[in-house]
Amino acid sequence: MQKTPRFSMNNLPAIWTDELSAQLSEDESILAWLEIDLDHQLHFATGIVIATDKRVLAKMADDGTWQTWAYQQGLQLTQRDHAGVGCLELFDPHARLAFWRYRLGNVMAANRLIECFLQQLDYHVSGKLPESSQTSAQCPHCGAFLSAEQDECPVCEKQNHIPPSTWVLLRLWRFAKPYKGRLLIGFLLTLCSTAATLVPPYLTMPLMDNVLIPYQNGQPIDTDLVQFYLSGLLGAAILAWMLGWARTYMLSLVSERIGADLRTTTYEHLLNLSQEYFGGKRTGDLMARIGAETDRINLFISLHLLDFATDVIMICMTAIILVSINPWLALVTLAPLPIIAWLIHLVRDRLRIGFEKVDRIWAEVNNVLADTIPGIRVVKAFAQEKREAARFHAANQRNLQINDRVNRIWSLFTPTVTLLTEVGLLVVWVFGIWQISQDEITVGVLTAFLAYIGRFYIRLDSMSRIVSITQKAAAGTKRIFDILDHVSSVPESANPVHLPTIQGQIELRHVGFRYGTRSITRGINLVIQPGEMIGLVGHSGSGKSTLVNLICRFYDVTEGAILVDGHDIRTLPLAEYRKHIGLVLQEPFLFFGTIAENIAYGKPDATRAEIVAAARAAHAHEFILRLPHGYDSLVGERGQALSGGERQRISIARALLINPRILILDEATSSVDTTTEKDIQKALDNLVRGRTTIAIAHRLSTLREANRLIVLDRGRIVEIGNHAELMAREGYYHRLYLAQARNVDEEERALISATEHSIAGEHK
Amino acid sequence: MSATVTYQLTRNSYGRLVLTDQSGVTHEGVIPVRSFPVTDPGQGIALIDSHGHELAWIERFDDLPEAYRVLIESELASREFMPEIKRITKVSGFITPSTWHVETDRGAAVLILKGEENIRRLTASSLMITDNHGIHFLLRDRTALDRHSRKLLDHFL
Ligand SMILES: Nc1ncnc2c1ncn2[C@@H]1O[C@H](COP(=O)(O)OP(=O)(O)OP(=O)(O)O)[C@@H](O)[C@H]1O
Ligand SMILES: [Mg+2]
Repeated sequence: MQKTPRFSMNNLPAIWTDELSAQLSEDESILAWLEIDLDHQLHFATGIVIATDKRVLAKMADDGTWQTWAYQQGLQLTQRDHAGVGCLELFDPHARLAFWRYRLGNVMAANRLIECFLQQLDYHVSGKLPESSQTSAQCPHCGAFLSAEQDECPVCEKQNHIPPSTWVLLRLWRFAKPYKGRLLIGFLLTLCSTAATLVPPYLTMPLMDNVLIPYQNGQPIDTDLVQFYLSGLLGAAILAWMLGWARTYMLSLVSERIGADLRTTTYEHLLNLSQEYFGGKRTGDLMARIGAETDRINLFISLHLLDFATDVIMICMTAIILVSINPWLALVTLAPLPIIAWLIHLVRDRLRIGFEKVDRIWAEVNNVLADTIPGIRVVKAFAQEKREAARFHAANQRNLQINDRVNRIWSLFTPTVTLLTEVGLLVVWVFGIWQISQDEITVGVLTAFLAYIGRFYIRLDSMSRIVSITQKAAAGTKRIFDILDHVSSVPESANPVHLPTIQGQIELRHVGFRYGTRSITRGINLVIQPGEMIGLVGHSGSGKSTLVNLICRFYDVTEGAILVDGHDIRTLPLAEYRKHIGLVLQEPFLFFGTIAENIAYGKPDATRAEIVAAARAAHAHEFILRLPHGYDSLVGERGQALSGGERQRISIARALLINPRILILDEATSSVDTTTEKDIQKALDNLVRGRTTIAIAHRLSTLREANRLIVLDRGRIVEIGNHAELMAREGYYHRLYLAQARNVDEEERALISATEHSIAGEHK
Repeated sequence: MSATVTYQLTRNSYGRLVLTDQSGVTHEGVIPVRSFPVTDPGQGIALIDSHGHELAWIERFDDLPEAYRVLIESELASREFMPEIKRITKVSGFITPSTWHVETDRGAAVLILKGEENIRRLTASSLMITDNHGIHFLLRDRTALDRHSRKLLDHFL
């Protein structure tokens, strides 16, 4: 203990350090602390609870004095939580001495505080030195202990919320990079083709001044000169046409590829996100993002960005040419430009936010569809078509509303720009005529100017349109990057341990888990030996499936660790780890396709013989043969064409085919009748041999073969033992069993009388 | 309804509610739970024992003797945590995750909004905002907010 320096002081929130140094005695050192952010009435406030090697101290910011309690026999520190608020309570044998409330962000710190408290209490009461577990690393920011595998603190890491940069569109560069060569060519082509389109107006100048005006003044037309100028015009037009074609083709090619990359990358990333992410998202929204929005970005890059680039180049070139011809007239011509720039700036943000809203509401419309179409049977069964139609109508109505609002800003914008350009043209006329009258320019110059300006202002107009499109694309890009920036909550380890084969030993150490703020399991300790069959039983909602989710690492534990063959599963590569697990889910899900494809889902290269063997083992073979196309029959979307029990058997076959070391059966046979279940059971018994198996079943008879039964109640293990032991104990399991046995008896009696009845009927 | 109940309710020295029912059985650690905490907090309060079983049902608070009501209300007050946002003073940006500085009926607080999907529409004008730790912030009526807050909020809707 002596070696523990007062290091913790360094990390202590600054407001407390001074106050505390006055409180502590010379040789007292801080071991752990918990920042309190709520008062007893659950108002926001600040405070702190500290465990030192001598006592517990606490103070709220507006309290006058510190409260302290020395370690003594019977002192107890516990924490519980409800709806995101933790409660830390200090008891002596007679009463509660104090309690503190805090938001759950601090839960790690609270656990650490309790741990330190218990160690110190033990030391002070029994004189036993705490084991020097102090060697494990600690987070430099919050002081939480890190396990060997964690290089980043799980507490602090999750608080890292840096918003992405506003310049989202630039982030598309990541996807454009592989095509930079072609993009450069495309850009050069754009440059050239734009330059080519600028030749004709330039030629009008000499045509006017050297041919037409002299002719008006009585000179004959110089046909050679005319020919020269006109062929120049034609040549420029043809050149512009060719270059324009080349650049459009080149850039569309690139943008299609960028779009496809964007889409696949986003989808791949999405697939790797944890179940937690999908739990919080709506299907329609995600589909809208990956489908419609990547397409919009694609279009933006291929058409509008190109136009925009052309416009900018054109405007710059025109400006240069104009200035080179006559700086004063050029200045007047370019005057509306800053005003337009200012206008763009004015509406840009508004438009972007507006378009983001439009996107969101569009996703909402999608959501309604994604919600009702799969649930159509329920909708029809309860005759709620009208209501669903109304819901869709309402979503569309909101879509209109928001679009109307955006369009109001937007529709004002374009005419304003047009008006400005018209006025600009007028000003150029006035100023030009005045200059001609002063003999400062020739008629040709003014004509050329007007020709240029025509194009120039048209470009301005289309450029202003691009504002809205850019903002739309920016909004879409942002929503795509929302997905791409999301870090999976079951992250891949930085330096993974590869286990090509596993024994199948599973160990749960102090496992605690919560969905959001809702605490589901706590303090689960369990070692499952390789090859052992474990039955998980307990009431509905007792956390059986949750435990399976944790073992499969669909979610990461919030406390403790799960080890397979002695390795924390967080250090194993995810896909590799899951290859060792055969899982049959409570709600079997089949994909659109044939039965064979569905069975071979986990092992696409399986031979037909393997598929049939797996189907036989799962007792699916016979019913499959009864289908019109046998193994090539289509199962319909989500397996609709099959019965519940048939779906279950296919998913059992699917799990068996990959020949996993660990087999997890979550209510795998709940939808089949008892006879079929017995058959499957028999087949499974062979297969289960030698594999670590975790089986969940409400029908306790299913689990008779299990080596051990784990009885769960409200997220805790209440009993462990085999059937006979647990029956002898007459505890929780016993009650559960008796209650079921009674039902089964009744069922069987009903069944027998029914068969007798029908037999009697046949005799007649 | 008359203010008669068939059980006794007290608070023990550990700060827990204790319910003694008609047959004299005592349940320690009784927890009051609202059935509709958001849409109708006053209707339907259940007293739940530590195993999650319902012990008593209170249709409305008015049905209770004064002393019990105070007891239950104080317990509810110390359990329920749904700060009501009164004002949004500052947001770090309009792109999530975004840090909001808000004033609530329980004092000033900072919340981190992880994504727009954490804003849930309850009715046309009321919203529930869930922060990164899963704390729910209630916005009872967004039309009643001041202009500044409304403008900030509007970016996220
Ligand atoms: N995604 C989720 N988000 C929040 N809570 C959840 C989620 N999934 C499950 N729960 C809750 O966790 C608890 C345990 O659920 P779990 O699915 O593990 O139960 P179970 O023991 O498998 O029950 P059953 O026998 O009915 O399948 C339940 O109270 C449930 O409401
Ligand atoms: Mg389940």
